[in-house]
Amino acid sequence: MNNDQLIIAGREFKSRLWVGTGKYKDFVETKKAIEASGADVVTVAVRRVNITDRSKENLLDYLDPKKYTILPNTAGCYTVEDAVRYARLARAAGVSDLVKLEVIGDERTLFPDTAGLIEAAKILIKEGFVVLPYTNDDPIVAKKLVDIGCPAVMPLAAPIGSGLGIRNPYNLKIILETVKVPIIVDAGVGTASDAALAMELGADAVLMNTAIAGAQDPIMMAEAMRYAVDAGRLAFKAGRIPRKLYATASSPIEGML
Amino acid sequence: MQILVNGESREFKADTTVADLLRELDVKPDRVAVEVNREILDKGAFAQRSLREGDRIEIISFIGGGQPADQYRDVS
Repeated sequence: MNNDQLIIAGREFKSRLWVGTGKYKDFVETKKAIEASGADVVTVAVRRVNITDRSKENLLDYLDPKKYTILPNTAGCYTVEDAVRYARLARAAGVSDLVKLEVIGDERTLFPDTAGLIEAAKILIKEGFVVLPYTNDDPIVAKKLVDIGCPAVMPLAAPIGSGLGIRNPYNLKIILETVKVPIIVDAGVGTASDAALAMELGADAVLMNTAIAGAQDPIMMAEAMRYAVDAGRLAFKAGRIPRKLYATASSPIEGML
Repeated sequence: MQILVNGESREFKADTTVADLLRELDVKPDRVAVEVNREILDKGAFAQRSLREGDRIEIISFIGGGQPADQYRDVS
């Protein structure tokens, strides 16, 4: 998988598997799972520091920002104003000017509010952020996000944390054909085959959290996802055979008795 | 003077700067961001910015997150 680097806004990434850091048992498990996944981009959330109990450790004590690209998200933001505020705070904290922009539209589905997303993205791009938007599997919205300056688009495969897999491969395929920036399938992966399928469709990377952190053995699942993403990528590049309804013999007829 | 820090009212001496406040709260400034009354400060301004009675401070950092933790539902 050498010489197959993912490049977004001039930054090179070795792994095409990006991972979230939520829902793990503890920071040790987080660190081990991320190491097993081979990911070099990890997403983090922006939250208040606990000022009452200072004994609590910091996630970044376990994930060296020199080793990983820390990708702050605006998870939990339901308005343009909040998402922009959280993004600005994340940048001020000093890890990077990247942001995984989320403007959530609804608590039950956690589907993106795509109108709000476009509005927030415009504001942040004007301020010099590298905006990676978490969006619906909607090709028109994906195109609008690219037109306003997003260097990659992150469409969902299924609702966050649902594990339902790639629910609409055809829309993802259309997005892949519509926009010419990297597409990172984000959210909805349940198991390794889902990640492989996303990559086989031609996605440039897959981002997941729950599928790893919520597995019975998160570290083993992280490793499985690493292979799945690599396998899917190779299969995509290798070019699959066309689907046919009837059999085509692999062994020659010639020489039969 | 009373200052609201991350939603909690705390007592600080007059002329406390943001840098002093972080030190008193045992928060390292390197990986946090600070808002004073909704204005985000540059890290370079922490030592200069004096706080006033009733200021509302937010100190944020990064936590584990990919997606909100409380939304997981098993639909199978």
